Amino acid sequence: MYKYARIEKTLMHPKYVWQLPVRFYHWINALVVVILGVTGFIIGNPPGITTVSEASLGYWFGTVRFIHFVAAYVFFFNFLFRLYWGFVGNKFAKWKNFIPYTKAHWVDMWDVLKVDIFQVECSKNPNLGHNALASFTYFLTFIVFLLQTLTGFGIYAAMSPSWFPQLFAWIPSVLGGDIATRQIHHILMWFFVLFAIVHVYLVFYHDYIEKNGVTSSMIGGWKFQDKDKVEREKD
Amino acid sequence: MGIRRKTYLEAAMDKGYSRRDFMKLGAMMTAFMGLESSMIGQVTKAMEKATRIPIIWLHGQECTCCSESFIRSSHPLVADILLDLVSLDYTETLMAPSGYQAEKSLHDTMTNFHGKYLLCVEGSIPTKEEGVYCCIGGKTFESIVEEAAEGAKAIVAWGSCASNGCVQSAKPNPTGATPIHEIIKGKPIINVPGCPPIAEVMAGVVVHLLTFDRIPELDRLHRPKAFYSRRVHDTCYRRPNYDAGLFVESFDDENAKKGYCLYKMGCKGPVTYNACGVIRWNNGVSFPIQSGHPCIGCSEENFWDNGGFYKRLPNFPGFGIESNAYKVGLGLGIATGVGVAAHAVVTNIRKRKLIADGECEQTNVES
Ligand code: SF4
Ligand code: SF4
Repeated sequence: MYKYARIEKTLMHPKYVWQLPVRFYHWINALVVVILGVTGFIIGNPPGITTVSEASLGYWFGTVRFIHFVAAYVFFFNFLFRLYWGFVGNKFAKWKNFIPYTKAHWVDMWDVLKVDIFQVECSKNPNLGHNALASFTYFLTFIVFLLQTLTGFGIYAAMSPSWFPQLFAWIPSVLGGDIATRQIHHILMWFFVLFAIVHVYLVFYHDYIEKNGVTSSMIGGWKFQDKDKVEREKD
Repeated sequence: MGIRRKTYLEAAMDKGYSRRDFMKLGAMMTAFMGLESSMIGQVTKAMEKATRIPIIWLHGQECTCCSESFIRSSHPLVADILLDLVSLDYTETLMAPSGYQAEKSLHDTMTNFHGKYLLCVEGSIPTKEEGVYCCIGGKTFESIVEEAAEGAKAIVAWGSCASNGCVQSAKPNPTGATPIHEIIKGKPIINVPGCPPIAEVMAGVVVHLLTFDRIPELDRLHRPKAFYSRRVHDTCYRRPNYDAGLFVESFDDENAKKGYCLYKMGCKGPVTYNACGVIRWNNGVSFPIQSGHPCIGCSEENFWDNGGFYKRLPNFPGFGIESNAYKVGLGLGIATGVGVAAHAVVTNIRKRKLIADGECEQTNVES
C-alpha cells in the first residue's frame, strides 16, 4: 500500500530543469574527470608493467600521458562552456545560483544542513534546481576546477611549445617551482574523489527521500514536483 | 680610472696559449651558449677585442662548490681565461692577497670601475640577527653585497644558494638565508642555479656577458634561457624507457642494470630545469642519471624541502614524515565512504515516515 501513498495524495508535476547543454556538460565532465583521475594515478605511480624489454618497442606510458592531456583539454573547454552557460542558460543554470552573495542563500544552506545532513528537521520546501548547499559546493568545485587547470597546464607548459599551454607557463614560478605545483595538483585531485563519493551518494539519497526523479533528470532534464506546491507557487 | 686592461686574447697569449687554442675556446663557447656556428667569428672577435671585464666575486653562506665546479670546466682555457681573464679582482677563495690588501683590492675595483664591473655572488645572505651569521672583514655579508652591488653593471648569482637559498634556507632556515634577488633590487640579476651549476654553463654566462656586453635572455626566474629552458627529463637519454613504461623499481633490480627510467626512484628530472642531460659533467663524462642515480632537482627552488630525494611525491605538510598526498587522500576517501554509509543508515531510521508515505515527520531513533 505504502508505495502508492504518496502518489495518491499528491500529483507529481513534471518540470524541465536541466537544459540539454547542461546535461551534456555534466556527462562530458563526469567522463573526463574519471579519465583524468585514473590516468593521473597511473602517471603519478606507474605500475611495473614490463611487457617489452626494449624501450623502442613500447609506448604505453606515453599513451597514458597523452590521454591525460587530451582529457585535460576537453575538461577545460567543457568547463569554460559551462561558465558561459551560467550567463545564458535558464534560471537553474544561472551563475547566481552558485555564489552565496545573499543572506537568503546562507539561510537556505543552513536549512539544507538541518534537513538533509543532520536530519533534525523535515523539509518544508524541496528545491527544484540545486539546493543551496549543493550550489555552494559546486561553486567550490568550480574553484577547484580552475586551480586544477592552472596547476595542470602549468606543469604541462614545459612539454608543449604551443601557445595555449604557454599561457600557463608563469604558474610554477609563482607557486615555487614545478615540484610544488605538481604537489598541489596531486592534493586537489583528491577533492574530485571525495566529491564523487558524496555526490553520487546524495543523488541516491535525494531520489530516495524526495522521489523527484533527480537521477534521471540529468539524463532527460525533467524533475518532478508536488502539484500542490506548484499551485502554491503560482498563487 | 684610465687603467688599461688587457684584452682576452692578449691575456691568453701572455699565458702561453696559442691563437689556435683561443679560436677553439671561441668555438666552444659559441656552442655552449646555444648560438649558431656562424656566430663563432663574432664571439671570437669580441673576445679578442674586448678588454677584460673587472669581476668581483663574493663568497657568502656557501660551500664553494660553485667555484670548485667552475675551475673544473672542460677547456683549460675556460678556467684560465675566465678566472684570470675575466680577471677576478677580488675573490676570497682564489685571490693571492689577503687581509688588508685584499680588502683594498676590492675597494679599488669598486671605485676604479664603478658602473663597469661584474659582481658575482656565490652563497646566500643570512638576514637573521642582523646578518651576524656571515661576516667578512668585520662587515656583514649583506652590507658587503649591498655595497658592491651599488656600482655593479650586472650581478650573477652563482649556484642555488645565491639564486634560491639552497640547503641553508631549508626549513627551519635558522640563519634567515636569503637569495640575492630578494635583497638587491634595481640591478640586472642573472640566476645560475644548481648545486653546483655546471662549469660550462657558468662559463657560457660570463662569455655571453663579455662578448655581447649585455645579459643573456632570461626566463621568469632570471635564469639564462640557453641553459635552463628545458627540463632534465626532456634531454635525458633514458626518456624512451619512461615513455615505454620501463622503470627501475629498486636500485639493485634487473631493470636498474638495464638502465631503465629512474622515475619511480624519485627522479626529479621531470620537474627540474637544467642542462645536465646535454652538457653533462666533468668534461661531459656523465651526469647523475647516467650513473644510475635519480636527479635530485638541485637547481630547483626548495629542493631540500620538497620531500625525499628518492620519492616522487613530497611529504604532506603536517601529516608526519611518511605521509604524502596519496596517503592522506586515501585516508580522507575512506573516511568519506564511512561517513556516507553512516548517513545512509541514519536516513533510513530518521526519515522512515517520509520515505514510506511522504509524511513530513521526523522519526526519532528512540521511537
Ligand atoms: S649553491 Fe649549493 S652548491 Fe653552490 S656553493 Fe652553494 S651549497 Fe654549494
Ligand atoms: S631518468 Fe628521470 S629524467 Fe630521465 S626519463 Fe626517467 S624520469 Fe625523466
